Amino acid sequence: MIQLIVFGPLLAAILAGFANKSFGAVFPKAVTTGALFLSCALSWPIFLSFMTGNAEAGVTPVLQWVQSGDMTFDWALRVDTLTAVMLVVITSVSALVHLYSWGYMDEDPDQPRFFAYLSLFTFAMLMLVTADNLVQMFFGWEGVGLASYLLIGFWFRKPSANAAAIKAFVVNRVGDLGFMMGIFGVFLVFGTTSIPEILDRAPDMAGSSIGFLGMRLDTMTVLCILLFIGAMGKSAQLGLHTWLPDAMEGPTPVSALIHAATMVTAGVFMVCRLSPLFETSQMALTFVTFIGAATCFFAATIGTTQTDIKRVIAYSTCSQLGYMFFAAGVGAYGAAMFHLFTHAFFKALLFLGAGSVIHAMHHEQDMRYYGGLRKHIPITFWAMLAGTLAITGVGIWFLHIGFAGFYSKDAILESAFASGTEMGQFAFLMGIVAALLTSFYSWRLMFLTFWGKPRWEQSEHIQHAVHDAHGHHDLPSEEDAGHDPHAPVHTAHGDGHSDGTAGYHPHESPWAMLIPLVVLSAGAILAGAIWSHSFLESAGFWNGSIFYNEDLMHAMHAVPTWVKIAPGAVMLIGLLIAWNNYIRDPGAPARFVGMFGGVYTFLKNKWYFDELYDVIFVKPAFWLGRKFWKWGDEGTIDRFGPDGAAWVVAQGSRYAQKVQTGYLYSYALVMLLGLVAAISWVLVR
Amino acid sequence: MDGFPILSLMLLVPLIGAAICMFVPAKTACMVALVATLIDFALGVVLWASFDIGGAQWQFVEKAELFAGFSYALGIDGIALMLIMLSVFLMPICIGASWLSVTKRVGEYMAAFLMMETLMIGVFAAQDLFLFYIFFEAGLIPMYLIIGIWGGDNRIYASYKFFLYTLIGSVLMLIAMFWMVREAGTTDIPTLMATDFPAGAQNWLWLAFFASFAVKMPMWPVHTWLPDAHVQAPTAGSVILAGVLLKMGGYGFIRFSLPMFPDASAYFAWLIFGLSMIAVVYTSLVALVQHDMKKLIAYSSVAHMAIVCIALFSFNVQGLEGSMIVMLSHGLVSGALFLAVGVIYDRLHTREISRYGGLAINMPKYALFLLLFTMASIGLPGTSGFVGEFLALAGVYQISSWVALICTTGIILGAAYMLYLYRRVAFGDQTNADAAAMPDIDKREWAMMLPLAAAVLWMGVYPESFLAPMRSDIEWLDQRLASAAPAGDARLSEPKPEAASAEHGAAAAKEGGTH
Repeated sequence: MIQLIVFGPLLAAILAGFANKSFGAVFPKAVTTGALFLSCALSWPIFLSFMTGNAEAGVTPVLQWVQSGDMTFDWALRVDTLTAVMLVVITSVSALVHLYSWGYMDEDPDQPRFFAYLSLFTFAMLMLVTADNLVQMFFGWEGVGLASYLLIGFWFRKPSANAAAIKAFVVNRVGDLGFMMGIFGVFLVFGTTSIPEILDRAPDMAGSSIGFLGMRLDTMTVLCILLFIGAMGKSAQLGLHTWLPDAMEGPTPVSALIHAATMVTAGVFMVCRLSPLFETSQMALTFVTFIGAATCFFAATIGTTQTDIKRVIAYSTCSQLGYMFFAAGVGAYGAAMFHLFTHAFFKALLFLGAGSVIHAMHHEQDMRYYGGLRKHIPITFWAMLAGTLAITGVGIWFLHIGFAGFYSKDAILESAFASGTEMGQFAFLMGIVAALLTSFYSWRLMFLTFWGKPRWEQSEHIQHAVHDAHGHHDLPSEEDAGHDPHAPVHTAHGDGHSDGTAGYHPHESPWAMLIPLVVLSAGAILAGAIWSHSFLESAGFWNGSIFYNEDLMHAMHAVPTWVKIAPGAVMLIGLLIAWNNYIRDPGAPARFVGMFGGVYTFLKNKWYFDELYDVIFVKPAFWLGRKFWKWGDEGTIDRFGPDGAAWVVAQGSRYAQKVQTGYLYSYALVMLLGLVAAISWVLVR
Repeated sequence: MDGFPILSLMLLVPLIGAAICMFVPAKTACMVALVATLIDFALGVVLWASFDIGGAQWQFVEKAELFAGFSYALGIDGIALMLIMLSVFLMPICIGASWLSVTKRVGEYMAAFLMMETLMIGVFAAQDLFLFYIFFEAGLIPMYLIIGIWGGDNRIYASYKFFLYTLIGSVLMLIAMFWMVREAGTTDIPTLMATDFPAGAQNWLWLAFFASFAVKMPMWPVHTWLPDAHVQAPTAGSVILAGVLLKMGGYGFIRFSLPMFPDASAYFAWLIFGLSMIAVVYTSLVALVQHDMKKLIAYSSVAHMAIVCIALFSFNVQGLEGSMIVMLSHGLVSGALFLAVGVIYDRLHTREISRYGGLAINMPKYALFLLLFTMASIGLPGTSGFVGEFLALAGVYQISSWVALICTTGIILGAAYMLYLYRRVAFGDQTNADAAAMPDIDKREWAMMLPLAAAVLWMGVYPESFLAPMRSDIEWLDQRLASAAPAGDARLSEPKPEAASAEHGAAAAKEGGTH
């Protein structure tokens, strides 16, 4: 069963990748999508049986992997509650994204490759979450990294896509360095890489110290922080986040699956999986909390100034991941996982919705050229609205009813407050500010895209589209829309282009794209209400698969009322500001930029991280490489080594040549001088 | 297989093939060489299949006394078996790679390659010190000829550099060998491996051997012959050079330096660490700025072999096994990468990276193979590179976290330079019309790439096949080194009793946590 779930997508990826053209264009799409829907259909019963308490955690061995001295690790599939949660998240979103891609990638000639990569990614991600030892987790970790690299660079003719792909891989490798060192350290301390054994023995090692890089440090702190550095890379946390916004170069379904719902949450999954280990080091938890809190604030600030619709959502993802991390840091692993779960639905929804908008707007991604799309693409609009209500955490606190994010985000903020630590308070504060910013940038996105007057005529993409359409009228997307049961909207408009539309007709996306939106909307609306009890308040649900802090859960409910109201209040403030600035008074943002130009430029340029890293790491690496090569290898080693030796021999033989004059008297003279010298030496001695 | 001289046969088959190649026309010579190498590969498979895992340390032993204590003694353990397998596996592929690209003096070329095969197998199978020396040094000659005659434009410089470097080291090793034989009274390698030389002498002997192996490895700063040799060598020459000849240094360390001079090995471990740490960072950075494909891969080889070196001197099972797997993996992967360069070099006759681009469009199958080998070189889990590097670095970490950290930066830089290479070759737009017109790989190239790809994945997913034959030998070596092994820098302390019993096991006592 679990083998089919995990290896089905791999098999499908291989079939799709290697099938030649004689199999037809549909085969690669059908086999991968079919495999994913099968995996999804098999995963839900597993999850539901864990939810009802009818399933036991178990490990299915697959194949021996490595045995080297005391170090052994095998291929095996572990299924427990935590895995089951991830299984449904991954397979559901992946299956929907596969389906969505039928529509979104319809015009792309390289579809077999795309679908093969998507399924390969899903396989790697499933290997990650079913890992029973750290090394298999690392396999999945790097495997999703590979798939991410390939998919970001899917349109490999674009230089920007290639650069983003390499950046994603290399920055992730920085995190992986930490992960690898962490695994080595774990093996050194515990003599095993098996996760259950490590978690069993971790409490016994608490308080011991270890020599690391010449320092004497607390063992558990060292191990946890090393492993967490890996999580920071994969989950794009402060410092190692720079790859995620650039990763938006990939096709939008990829952004939804990999860079929102699944891969980037791997770090959170890892921390939760290893939660008993992290619980042995308060220092490490403090560090996790700080990074999470800082990221959730930092990324939200940038999100407020970006104009590319996908980048806004990317920074939003980064920020939401920060929430998950500080939840884990304060010990609310259930809340972290719950936010991961709900976030997967509403963030995948937002990305796919954005994809639908981009599809409708002929690949224009800049929100400044959107506007007034509400009536043109109504299903997309309603789906995006559901996603926005979910991410901003709309709900009624005293009735405890709301959209998905209302349950998970409020639980995180409340547990941060309830943890009682200083770092917890800091995280709460950051989280509240970020919630305000989240509401602001989410509604800004909505207002700029769907409300107001069309501003399409300034967009080059739209101009191209209009220009092309005059010549021929056979865009596949339009034909699909024609068969659309959801009634595409052709707005009547005058021929005069003064309405800002440039004569362009946005079309609702085909059904293949809309069905995923509808399904995910249901998730974004309902997932919180259905599962909040299991995830947040049921130790039995988790059944030991994560560290469950009963006291914190009780304290969470006992927080003061103002703490419970605060997230909703800041959400409203954010909404009001966005409404004021983008609906009531569209001139306001420009005035703000005029007043606070410095702040705006700083945020617009993403706190100058890319520029900083370029100066600190990238440029010096190339400079050093050139210097080592030209000065080191060629200028020093070769010059004084082999070339030098050759030079000495050549010079020596030249002198020897001069001595061999061939004149008898010079030989005689030399002999004579030699004799004199020899005799004098003997005498003097 | 008792008593059947299979190792001698493996030495003999290529030798006979070489003799025939000298006297037949070009096409026949190619066939003869292919058949000879395939027979040797088949014999290798038989050898592996009949190798008794966990049995006697030395198997397939053959011995004939010649003169003055010098004997023709062959025999292999698991370590040698694996390296012999690597050699016989790569040879038919090399012949295939030369099939069309070598046009002058084909007979002599094939003969040189077959000679080389005999000598390589001889190096790994020799059980007599001087027999080893002869094979070890004679291996230089065919390679020297291959670079010097069939190489690129600057081949004479490269071949001299190659010869000068490698010969200087060898002279010192020979002197050390004479001393050892006089001291121990035998030339038998297994006996010498268990001989305890006086501590003072060990250091000198170790340094003499080091001089030779460091060049072969190659270690920084005596690595500069390698990029030139690779750049000038024909494709098949590069494959063998990277695939097998570089492994002789590592084999030397694991067969001679470590078991024969364990104390000196521990004494000089930090010399190895220091040079190799420099090598990992230095050569990776140099690889980053190369615009010649072969030079880039050559520099990456130096970085990989530095990890082999460090792991060998980490004095634990993971380190030793890891470095063996890195050697095998690097043999396959760098061989495959040079082969991949050869494939496009045959079409465009340039190694300049900037002359290519967008090959994923017109050569998608080629791009897929190149991607696999690139990923294996980066050490992606699931490929052979990962298993080796992971074990090796896990071994290194037990000795020193600093050394492990510096070496692990190699995985970042490795990703950077390999992906940068891949991007410039396979991705991007087709800016060069002639590169865009190149056809995808043909059947012959498929036949060369596919076995390598399969082996890379096999070693990555189920490395047990390769680890099992070596296990008892590595364990023996680990035992041998146990007394000399230096302590690691971790010095893990016992947990404080009160902390261990604290609630949730939190390290509250130390951290002053408020949990």
